[in-house]
Amino acid sequence: MGLLSDPVRRRALARLVLRLNAPLCVLSYVAGIAWFLALAFPPLTQRTYMSENAMGSTMVEEQFAGGERARSFARDFAAHRRKTGALPVAWLERTMRSVGLEVYTQSFSRKLPFPDETRERYMVAGTNVYGILRAPRAASTESLVLTVPCGPDSTNSQAVGLLLALAAHFRGQIYWAKDIIFLVTEQDLLGTEAWLEAYHDTNVTGMQSSPLQGRAGAIQAALALELSSDVVTSLDVAVEGLNGQLPNLDLLNLFQTFCQKGGLLCTLQGKLQPQDWTSVDGPLQGLQTLLLMTLQQASGRPHGAHGLFLRYRVEALTIRGINSFRQYKYDLVAVGKALEGMFRKLNHLLERLHQSFFFYVLPALSRFVSIGLYMPAAGFLLLVLGLKALELWMQLHEAGAGPQEAGGASGPGPPLPPAQSVGLASLVAPLLISQAMGLALYVLPVLGQHVATQHFPVAEAEAVVLTLLAIYAAGLALPHSAHRVMSAQAPDRGWMALKLVALIYLALQLACVALTNFSLGFLLAATMVPAAALTHPCGPRPLYAALLVLTSPAATLLGCLFLWRELQEAPLSLAEGWQLFLAALAQGVLDHHTYGALLFPLLALGLYPCWLLFWNVLFWK
Amino acid sequence: MAAALPLVLLVLLLLGPVGRGHAEPPRDSLREELVITPLPSGDVAATFQFRTRWDSELQREEGTDHNFLRYAVLPREVVCTENLTPWKKLLPCSSKAGLSVLLKADRLFHTSYHSQAVHIRPVCRNARCTSVSWELRQTLSVVFDAFVTGQGKKDWSLFRMFSRTLTEPCPLASESRVYVDITGYNQDNETLEVTPPPTTTYQDVILGARKTYAVYDLLDTAVINNSRNLNLQLKWKSPPESEAPPVPFLHAQRYVSGYGLQNGKLNTLLYNTHPHRAFPVLLLDTVPWHLRLYVHTLTITSKGKDNKPSYVHYQPAQDRLQPHLLEMLIQLPANSATKVSIQFERALLKWTEYTPDPNHGFYVSPSVISALVPSTVAAKPVDWEESPLFKSLYPVSDSSSYFVRLYTEPLLVNLPTPDFSMPYNVICLTCTVVAVCYGSFYNLLTRTFHIEEPSTGGLAKRLANLIRRARGVPPL
Repeated sequence: MGLLSDPVRRRALARLVLRLNAPLCVLSYVAGIAWFLALAFPPLTQRTYMSENAMGSTMVEEQFAGGERARSFARDFAAHRRKTGALPVAWLERTMRSVGLEVYTQSFSRKLPFPDETRERYMVAGTNVYGILRAPRAASTESLVLTVPCGPDSTNSQAVGLLLALAAHFRGQIYWAKDIIFLVTEQDLLGTEAWLEAYHDTNVTGMQSSPLQGRAGAIQAALALELSSDVVTSLDVAVEGLNGQLPNLDLLNLFQTFCQKGGLLCTLQGKLQPQDWTSVDGPLQGLQTLLLMTLQQASGRPHGAHGLFLRYRVEALTIRGINSFRQYKYDLVAVGKALEGMFRKLNHLLERLHQSFFFYVLPALSRFVSIGLYMPAAGFLLLVLGLKALELWMQLHEAGAGPQEAGGASGPGPPLPPAQSVGLASLVAPLLISQAMGLALYVLPVLGQHVATQHFPVAEAEAVVLTLLAIYAAGLALPHSAHRVMSAQAPDRGWMALKLVALIYLALQLACVALTNFSLGFLLAATMVPAAALTHPCGPRPLYAALLVLTSPAATLLGCLFLWRELQEAPLSLAEGWQLFLAALAQGVLDHHTYGALLFPLLALGLYPCWLLFWNVLFWK
Repeated sequence: MAAALPLVLLVLLLLGPVGRGHAEPPRDSLREELVITPLPSGDVAATFQFRTRWDSELQREEGTDHNFLRYAVLPREVVCTENLTPWKKLLPCSSKAGLSVLLKADRLFHTSYHSQAVHIRPVCRNARCTSVSWELRQTLSVVFDAFVTGQGKKDWSLFRMFSRTLTEPCPLASESRVYVDITGYNQDNETLEVTPPPTTTYQDVILGARKTYAVYDLLDTAVINNSRNLNLQLKWKSPPESEAPPVPFLHAQRYVSGYGLQNGKLNTLLYNTHPHRAFPVLLLDTVPWHLRLYVHTLTITSKGKDNKPSYVHYQPAQDRLQPHLLEMLIQLPANSATKVSIQFERALLKWTEYTPDPNHGFYVSPSVISALVPSTVAAKPVDWEESPLFKSLYPVSDSSSYFVRLYTEPLLVNLPTPDFSMPYNVICLTCTVVAVCYGSFYNLLTRTFHIEEPSTGGLAKRLANLIRRARGVPPL
């Protein structure tokens, strides 16, 4: 700090920052990207390890042998489901009671803000069924949850069968210290959300549901199960939850322990973990998994029913049975044993899972990168914004001091206050207009869907998406409208001040996002930062404009969709990509309203207005 | 429970010999009984009661305020074998003879419900209560689970339940009986069969319902001497339908709602399932001080309407000294669910006040609900000395209602918990950041900097300085 308090050295430092600004920015950006790519390589990735003592050494002998029973339950369930066309509530209640559970049901209904086009539903209603296994001689203060989401497009019959068979097996055991809730939800995640809200007696999303009759204390951990075949070739595990929340790493370690113990083939993001980490191939494969996880987490969507539990501080995972064309298949007994083992270990827990990491990224199932090692990647990218802002601040400073110096005053004094205030006053109009644009983007599509459907031949969902795009594009006309309101004083200082404010605004937002959801923060920073740093009203405007449009949040989303399908080895054609893009927009808005996902408001109210500011800078007159 | 036991033991050691040394032989030294209640679900409940009485020379203190009630609870304590062993040692026959031979820990803790209690109280020996006897009543209730211990079968015998049979009464016992609830089965022996067939039966009104019990008196030589042991057996002739068990008139549930670590809400649901009678209940809540209750948010609703309690007593908590005490008299309308809810804020504890496992959460003790529940069957006033011991578990105040005290489940609430694994790092880092950055930035922001050209001064000053240097004085 002595460096800064000495005016002579301060001036020297300022000159250095000004002169080396461009190379420093480039260097910092490259370092950020390179650091991120290096996350998949061994010095930065570490082997996972179990931190929780209570689950440490494996002293559990799995005894589940109800494979046949699970299959027959699954067959019955599927038959009853076909007969009723919905969740066979009565059959489930009867069966759960016959295996000795305390059974309750919960009915819920939810009117979506606009019809869900992919699943063709508007008014969603359903019934959840859950059975509680009461731990003997305990006071029902803690519980574990095993949940199977059922929906119109995910039958999950085998998962229900396995759940019932496990319930029957667990009921006969004496060692349970925590109650176990076996939950079958209808309408996929909406049912899970309805049940969770009713269990915690809150209303976050405007769900209407009947109150729960039976409870079992504080939920300590939850597992969601998705299985649609009698045999599986591998188990895929999903960790990403709502708004990019992740469960404690120990839960994943637990899953991995039982994968190894049972000799099961387990995957993360559908990718097997590489065997060889010493050569380049292993980490490269890890990088693909890492990128997939980054994309999934950045989307902020719950990647399975477990994602909704995380809001209530319940550590949760989704386990999916995959049946592909591999030779070795496992039957339900193997899956059931893994689940039994996990539940018995969770039953041992004395405290909530808290020992291990909550912030991590995973290049493979058994490798992780902790927050201390991945944050520099985002930090380097944000440094670019900081450097640019510093340069602008100094230029403004010099510009303000310039005439004074020419007038013959000795030494650089503080910039003239009148000049400064003119700059700031001219910023109010573009700031307000772009924020208003963001607000319109957030509010109007859903509010105006009825007007749109009356005047144009479109369905509600289409209307919402098209209004969204229309408002988004309309924002590009902002510079013309903004300039009319603006006084035309000191044009050069005007854009500098605006860009300075925009840079700081962007840096603050990205820093906050990167702290809570690293993937989202990093993706947005990696795309928005170069354009934001380069934008300049003089120079090749069309080039800058193209760059800015290509890195706008919507374009980033489109790009991410292509990248995602590329990594999944199912590349998209352009038309498919566009369709998927429209669907993703609608889904994003719907997720915000139904589950409280924050990506849509963040983009509409935070990053889009900020991006408009840069657009404004570019077309400064 | 565990905390209560040593205390009781101490009292016994002090007082026991005094009672025995009394001139008169101790009256009514031991009564013991076992009540077996087969439940329609196939589970079986067994309740032991042992009552020991001895005379004491201790005089009753005058002027003691006997209306002063103390109530304390350890919601975390779980009863285990360690509680059973000292409890058994209080019995006159220990576990050598009588009903107590059935008390085998491995079976008693292989059940779905276990409750163990010690009651000690003075009993007046005369009308003016100048001399007292002491009464020690020990009860143990277990419920055997048909799913776990019965392997799905619903037939029971003493041997299956306790892996023991009864062979002889305790020689010290003045009464030693086994009661089996055969209500509704005994007319034509269609559904349930009890072997050996009972010689006598006993009828009474328990919790507002008429009950019939088969009685086996161990002191009656005919009961045991036939086969040298008594192995009671219950056989279901036509297995009962496994339907939902009948719901009691009054039951309750308690839970915490909300999420996050700042606020929350305590909810107690009180159900009155009586079809047409409303009755008042007394709800007693003690909440630890680290949940700061917002009393203005206390809401009581039944059937969607506000239910105003006729009496509220609230004693606010003092940090680290006493918990909140909230007592209310609430009228429960017929066939309704009443929700009592109150919001709270989670306090930050001092870092030494956290338990060794703070992430487990902190317990909130159960609510206590006391009520006079309207009865459908009129009960006769009882003579406590003559009726079986288990009658004392179901006190009756008058003929039209019976008394019930319910305890809800305890709650587990998470408080904001620091990460205890790295306080050192955190403290060091924070201190460094604050010291280095904050101070310097504050300094930079509040000062203005001017450059002063180093002026060399005039000729006179230089001369003066030369002279001063020669004199060894600091220059001007």
